[in-house]
Amino acid sequence: MIRFILLQNRQGKTRLAKYYVPLEDSEKHKVEYEVHRLVVNRDSKFTNFVEFRTHKVIYRRYAGLFFSLCVDITDNELAYLECIHLFVEILDHFFSNVCELDLVFNFHKVYLILDEFILAGELQETSKRAIIERMGELEKLELKSQAILSAKLTRRTVESRSQFRLPSPSLSPLVAA
Amino acid sequence: MASPSLMDTLFQRGLDDIIKGVRHQQSSTESIFMSRVIEEIRREIKSTDLQTKSTALQKLTYLNSIHFIDMSWASFHAIECISSPAFSHKKIGYLAISQSFSESTPVILLISNQLRKDLKSGNEFEVSLALDCLSRIGTVDLCRDLASEVFILMSSSKVFIRKKAIGVVLRLFEKYPDAVRVCFKKLVESLEGSDSPIVSAVVGVFCELSAKDPRSYLPLAPEFYRILVDSKNNWVLIKVLKIFVKLAPLEPRLAKRLVEPICDHMRKTGAKSLVFECIRTVVTSFTEYESAMKLAAEKIREFLMEDDPNLKYLGLHAISIMAPKHLWAVLENKDVVIQSLSDEDPNIKLESLRLVMAMASESNLMETCRVLVNYALKSDPDFCNEILGSILSTCCQNVYEVIIDFDWYVSLLGEMSRIPNCKKGEEIENQLIDIGMRVKDVRPELVRIARDLLIDPALLGNPFLHRLLSAAAWVCGEYVEFSRNPVELMEALLQPRTSLLPSSIRTVYVQSAFKILIFCIHSYFLQKEDMTSEVSDLASKRECSESSDLATGKALVQSDQDEGFNPRESNQSYEYPSVVDTGDGQSSTPTFMEKKSLMHESIVNLLNLMELVLSPLSSSLDVEIQERACNVLGFIELVQQEFSNPLIRKEANLDREEVIASRVVEWVHDGFSEELGPVSVTAQDRVPIPDELVLKENLTDLEAICGGVELPAPGSFSLTSPYYGESAVFSVSNLQAEEDSEPSTESTSLLTEHRKRHELYYLPSEKNKIPANDYPPANDPSSSINTNDATEDLVKLADQSLVSKRKPNHAKPRPVVVKLEEGEAAPVVSKKPELKDDLLSGAIHDILLGNEAKAASSQSNPSDKSSSKRKGKAKHVDLLDSNLAVGEQPNHENPSSRRSKHRGDGKQKSKKSKGKKNGDGREDDGEKESQKIRDHHGRHKSRQRADAPINVVPQTPDIPDYLL
Repeated sequence: MIRFILLQNRQGKTRLAKYYVPLEDSEKHKVEYEVHRLVVNRDSKFTNFVEFRTHKVIYRRYAGLFFSLCVDITDNELAYLECIHLFVEILDHFFSNVCELDLVFNFHKVYLILDEFILAGELQETSKRAIIERMGELEKLELKSQAILSAKLTRRTVESRSQFRLPSPSLSPLVAA
Repeated sequence: MASPSLMDTLFQRGLDDIIKGVRHQQSSTESIFMSRVIEEIRREIKSTDLQTKSTALQKLTYLNSIHFIDMSWASFHAIECISSPAFSHKKIGYLAISQSFSESTPVILLISNQLRKDLKSGNEFEVSLALDCLSRIGTVDLCRDLASEVFILMSSSKVFIRKKAIGVVLRLFEKYPDAVRVCFKKLVESLEGSDSPIVSAVVGVFCELSAKDPRSYLPLAPEFYRILVDSKNNWVLIKVLKIFVKLAPLEPRLAKRLVEPICDHMRKTGAKSLVFECIRTVVTSFTEYESAMKLAAEKIREFLMEDDPNLKYLGLHAISIMAPKHLWAVLENKDVVIQSLSDEDPNIKLESLRLVMAMASESNLMETCRVLVNYALKSDPDFCNEILGSILSTCCQNVYEVIIDFDWYVSLLGEMSRIPNCKKGEEIENQLIDIGMRVKDVRPELVRIARDLLIDPALLGNPFLHRLLSAAAWVCGEYVEFSRNPVELMEALLQPRTSLLPSSIRTVYVQSAFKILIFCIHSYFLQKEDMTSEVSDLASKRECSESSDLATGKALVQSDQDEGFNPRESNQSYEYPSVVDTGDGQSSTPTFMEKKSLMHESIVNLLNLMELVLSPLSSSLDVEIQERACNVLGFIELVQQEFSNPLIRKEANLDREEVIASRVVEWVHDGFSEELGPVSVTAQDRVPIPDELVLKENLTDLEAICGGVELPAPGSFSLTSPYYGESAVFSVSNLQAEEDSEPSTESTSLLTEHRKRHELYYLPSEKNKIPANDYPPANDPSSSINTNDATEDLVKLADQSLVSKRKPNHAKPRPVVVKLEEGEAAPVVSKKPELKDDLLSGAIHDILLGNEAKAASSQSNPSDKSSSKRKGKAKHVDLLDSNLAVGEQPNHENPSSRRSKHRGDGKQKSKKSKGKKNGDGREDDGEKESQKIRDHHGRHKSRQRADAPINVVPQTPDIPDYLL
């Protein structure tokens, strides 16, 4: 079972954190700090598994972002490693060439994708296509409901993103070709 | 009212603005910005306009998830958002709730109705949001209230919804075990589909459930078996294998059926994750199937050959699971294992270290340890300690099973403690003492090692070794009779740098010094008796000549004195093979006492030295040290009177005071010479308290015994006894020399620095006295061998000794190792399983195995209680309940149940034909179970149940031969 999933950048800033076990805020903070410290200094030639307290963390690095999954000690490492990659592929497909800022500005969408992907700590859907389709439908539904409410201004994040793309250092696409 | 709201909406900052704002802040202004934003959110969130409210909530959720801003105050507003008809608001509200709600959130009960409404919603996305939320925050109350809604969703026409509902069931069962009664059947039915997301979800749920209580799911083994054979989905296969790992130990018959399909997967699949899962399943559960193990080993070999560190690590990990039962797998791959010891990745290094230690056996232990210790010297501190730790734990397994030559092992312990990065002081401490107590033959060597450790002042500077030193001090005090030179030990124990030790360990030092003193004086008395009775003249002459030697600073003079003297006359009940009884006058390995006699002067020296060092301690702030120091000082005072004037003593050596002194010494010595043995941890409990023992009685009787002995006050000691100036010259000057060269005894770093620089001149007198100190200096690891050499060594070692099965000729037979008769393991604390799990597994038991008696008792559902007067009825009532719940969608329920009923019947028939061999009652039981797996309704079933004998054990854990 997946205990939590963390997306952190090299500086240790959390970009996404989803916990499937109840934790206090202070405890979450500590966990994020510890996981980052465990993961950040590991060489790329090292294994992608680290023991973490009584569990283990399976992590994978994409550009400047670390995707870390905390799972039970008996869980299949390779399967979860693939699971991370699948998640990244979904993100990449959804945001078309995803970068860290996409995740920052669309954090609620990332949560929605994650909810489609993992439920109650168990993998829900392994088909990339199915999740992308569902997200498309969700977007449509949301736009419809926005239109009904005649929402004032739904600025597209895509437009404002361009001006941030240049200065930030870690903007290379997450998924290498 | 309307206008400010409109203004708010128009000019409200959106999520993007906040994110950009935060990103532009410097760290100094961030907190100001943040508090302004939160102020703003607090205002906006109270708005009546849901759009404004939800945007504010979204901003707050963002700040909470990334910056840990408290959002518990907004929980009510989150509930307001989810009750909005607009999907976009709902979405924001649900996100906020699943991020921030916990069991203790006070308003959590308020969402129960909204959740129910959304679960029943026609919009599948709303249902999905509600399910996600429930899976995350579900409490006992929520799960109880919403169980029936989730049950309905489990038979939804939309795969997407069904899948999520099944996922939520896990949370439902965990929080509200009675939900099993409603949902479990549906869950089992969902297993029956072919490759679909549904099966994947169900298997995931069962995988989690079976991890907690595998026995309850044994009856489902046939279903899982079918999935294992049919499924093409690797995720599902991995999960099913995980379930079988749990089930296999419970039902031996499973293994035979499972091995073939698992090997099949292993051969055919291209997915490494699945291959590894198969390997893991085989090596953990099917160790007795030779062919499967062979195949697994083959696959492991492939993993090891890969460049990917992950696969290499997993390969090593799999071998280490195999190692205890199939050592051949390790030996086959020993080249890779040993090369991995110098891998970059710490995980791989650790795993290979474990394997190297697994390969260690009696024949190659010495070499393996030697190479590893050399390797440890060159490793980084962490791995160095891992190596030392694994050597220690391997060697002490099963009461030092693998060790034949204890002398070697004890010296290895000494060597290990000198490795600069060594932090294993505590483990080494335990083993030194343990070996001392268990292995009598090793004691002389042990004392020698302990002495070498004690005498090295550099070790005192390393706080990790303090525990170890306390063991060394204890060993020296306890087994002082094997020492070649007790005086030297005494000086080591009283050296000035002992002030660096923590007080708890200093007390051990003081006590050990006391033991050594007693031993010396006692020996002296015995010796004197001998001499006075036999050749008093000669002896006194010798004493005179030797006392002059002492004065020149040589405390230990080789003396050829032949007079037999046995220091352990009182301990004659056992024989030490190494020490020939000196009654014959000859001794092959002479200890101190056989070599020379104790001089009167050296005793006086000892007394003076002790008095000098311990006097300051008698006012120590630590009670333990103070008490011990005072005791010893009191004793010295008593004895000193007798030694005060040698001339008088010689003329009147039967003086009354001496009699008292020697008697006291005799008593104390007898006390100390009591053998200490290993004690079982449970020993205390086994001693019955004698009836006549009165624990609270006043100890007034002691006064009569101790009355004659006056304990003087600590202050009354004179530091300038008549003898001090002359005979204490040797030791005191020695101490002073030490003190002069070390102006501040407190500063450890300065000392080690100093020692490094003046290695040659450091404590020359002690260095010279060490007979065979071939150890490298403590802080200067010999760096002659580099890492590569060590690895090569290891490879060589592997080539030579790891393969050789023959045992080398041991010079000595293995000494006796004292073991306790009963197991020494700590008493097993039986863990009480959690109440929740109990309830859950109980409920599942009921469903699967039809344990009705238990059902009635474990149920907290009042409706059931009222109607479970007859056991037979309970099930029926359940069924009614579930039927009521299904009432809205009966169409989904009926066909599937009918189908499964047929299947159940079919199975029954096939089994009846097979099951004649087994006892009939048993088989009936099995049938009963199988029926209940599929469906627990239908009248013919209940009739059958009534036919079955009433006292059939309903809880039988065996499953019928589904698979055979």
